[in-house]
Amino acid sequence: MNINFTLIAQAIAFAILIWFTVRFVWPPLLRAIEKRQKEIADGLAAAHEGKISLEKAEIRNAETLDETKQKGAEILNQAEKRATEIVEAAKKSAQEEGDRIITGARAEIDQELNRAKEELRAQVSTLALAGAEKILDKEIDKKAHVAMLAKLAKDL
Amino acid sequence: MADSAYNTPSEYIEHHLSNNAIALSEHNMMVLHLDTAIMAIICGFVSMGLIWLVARKATSGVPSKTQAFVELLFGFIDDQVKSSFNGDRNAFIAPAALTVFVWVLIMNSMDFLPIDIMAKIYGFFGLHYWKNVPTADINTTFALALGVWILMIYFGIKVHGLKGWTKDLFCAPFGPNPLVWPANFIFNIIEYISKPLSHSLRLFGNMYAGEVIFLLIGMLAASGVYGVFFSSLLGAGWAIFHILIVALQAFVFMMLTVVYLSMAHEGH
Repeated sequence: MNINFTLIAQAIAFAILIWFTVRFVWPPLLRAIEKRQKEIADGLAAAHEGKISLEKAEIRNAETLDETKQKGAEILNQAEKRATEIVEAAKKSAQEEGDRIITGARAEIDQELNRAKEELRAQVSTLALAGAEKILDKEIDKKAHVAMLAKLAKDL
Repeated sequence: MADSAYNTPSEYIEHHLSNNAIALSEHNMMVLHLDTAIMAIICGFVSMGLIWLVARKATSGVPSKTQAFVELLFGFIDDQVKSSFNGDRNAFIAPAALTVFVWVLIMNSMDFLPIDIMAKIYGFFGLHYWKNVPTADINTTFALALGVWILMIYFGIKVHGLKGWTKDLFCAPFGPNPLVWPANFIFNIIEYISKPLSHSLRLFGNMYAGEVIFLLIGMLAASGVYGVFFSSLLGAGWAIFHILIVALQAFVFMMLTVVYLSMAHEGH
């Protein structure tokens, strides 16, 4: 329990140890820890930014999707309308064509009919004449009755 | 008292509490406790050297387990200093606190070395007086406390200037009235004397008492078969309790160092 020179020796050792720690031990540890703290803070900030930009991108995506859907619906509408138009036009032209064909056919039929009638008429007059000739034989003068026969053929 | 070389218990205790003293000259004060000095220097330089080896290669990336341990210690000290000191702690006070804590903790931990086995080992090298615990020597604790005391005065003068520091000596704590100057001065002198005394004697007393109790338990072992049984039981119990004392006293010593130094920065 006596104080002696040991005190001086220990004080010197203490001074050297403190100097050593202040100079060599503390600074690298502090640097490493502070650098890591900064890196972690930066990382967290970057993550936050990333989250925000992700949210923005999601909103933009939703907007684009909506727009696209709308456009798609519009296009579909237009296409339907156009299809209806085409079908209508096709129906109309088909109708017209049918009408035209029917009209043509009717005209032809009329023509045929008229021709047949003409033929029939001509033949009837001849037949009638032949029949009358056979019945009347020589009683009728061809020349004297030609006008009457022509009138008869016309009336048929 | 396994060694039968001792005739009386007091001889055993006295032997184990004597330092390996070398007289450097005729003068009474010029005596060096070789055991204290060498153990303290080994403890200090091995512990701080190991920390330095880790700190040298410290990476800011994912730390190794050793580095993580050192960083835990670093963070612990840094937190303690931060809570009681407001200036730039990294410049001096925090590393000084780390040194004090680690060094005192390791020196205190030498108490766990079993005294009689260590005495045999030292005896093998021809060292018949060798105390393991440097902090159980008043010279060590007083040297540390005086070192802190000098730093305290140094920082007091550095922060407040010689004039401001002297003014504080006379004008605090009772005020600047010349009538209370003597009272102020006496108060401050008592404070300056009591600080290193309480600082060093607290650590010394705890460690010295711890060693004495280990010695008493060791003596019980010499009293027979039951003595050996109870002595090992008590020794283990005291050692476990002593872990708390060792760490606590190192922590208290470090905290007082920080508090004294931050008081010197703040002034009155």
